[in-house]
Amino acid sequence: MTKLYLTRNPRVAARNLDGEMMIMSGRDSTLFTLNKTATILWQSADGNTPLSEIVEQRICSEFAVEPARALQDAETLARELASHEILKISDQPIGQESSVDGEPR
Amino acid sequence: MAMLQDRYEGYVHSSGEAEIEFNVELTVNRFADPDADVRVTQFNGRWTLERGDFRAEWEPAKRRGWIRQTANPYSIDAVLRIVHSLILARQGGFLLHSASVIRNGKAFLFAGVSEAGKTTISRLAPPDVTLLTDEISYVRKEPGGYVAYGTPFTGELAKLGENVSAPVSALYLLAKGTENRIDPVAPAEATRSLLANLLFFAEDEDLVQAIFHSAFEFVNYVPVSRLTFVPDARVWELIR
Repeated sequence: MTKLYLTRNPRVAARNLDGEMMIMSGRDSTLFTLNKTATILWQSADGNTPLSEIVEQRICSEFAVEPARALQDAETLARELASHEILKISDQPIGQESSVDGEPR
Repeated sequence: MAMLQDRYEGYVHSSGEAEIEFNVELTVNRFADPDADVRVTQFNGRWTLERGDFRAEWEPAKRRGWIRQTANPYSIDAVLRIVHSLILARQGGFLLHSASVIRNGKAFLFAGVSEAGKTTISRLAPPDVTLLTDEISYVRKEPGGYVAYGTPFTGELAKLGENVSAPVSALYLLAKGTENRIDPVAPAEATRSLLANLLFFAEDEDLVQAIFHSAFEFVNYVPVSRLTFVPDARVWELIR
């Protein structure tokens, strides 16, 4: 199975407030509030950690979910976030463009 | 000119040096659709503002611009709102869909979409309340905190705000109900509501990021609550 790598789009604005991750598109000012799983993907999107590892270490450990199903759902979610230009996804490791605390540099 | 002087009475003065100078060119029926979406873009330091009823350009570095529109007060009003939203965004402030008033030396903002009650609560204000606007609040970030200014941008009340200012004491999110009460709002919800009510049109990533972070800063600094009210003057007993 092809590995998927995620990185944050540095062209969005992001803040975590009381556990809620809010993202605003720099392109059209659309505001997104991420759910828990999407927040984990955002926080873990360092460009180097494959999605399968994020799911195994961050999602399966937190939610009672079968690993293969969790990976499938996470990939669907990652592609949706990419379609909104919140994340960038690639089958190759990608350069880190954001800080790890949830806010673009 | 008389139409504009009347519309902006209290905000017009003959300063020798204007902050920004606009040349206004009046055209006849050149622009068709005043309900078309506004488009605000920036290229090489020059802003272009377009809507169905006007086209304008503004160069902040030169403090100059031009507006091409038909002879109506709404087009220039829209240009002024947009230009001020861009200026404020760089300074940590914003224009907000809200009524605002001054009472006891403190400014109160009442935010909400159309029909939320901005005009109603403004109309119910007792005599000791100074109206800043019933539609668009002008909020600046200043060294001592946030300050609300009066604006000539009117809503249904069609009454100019006073050209005065005061430190912002509270932001209320308006809701019509069967009783008057104030409820706390969680910071995340407060920020979402604030962002939803900001006036901002520019397709500019830097400014979008700036205004996004400004909303968080504001909520961190100014108490935000939900004000549920019945449409009579007793609601003002809660606002002091």
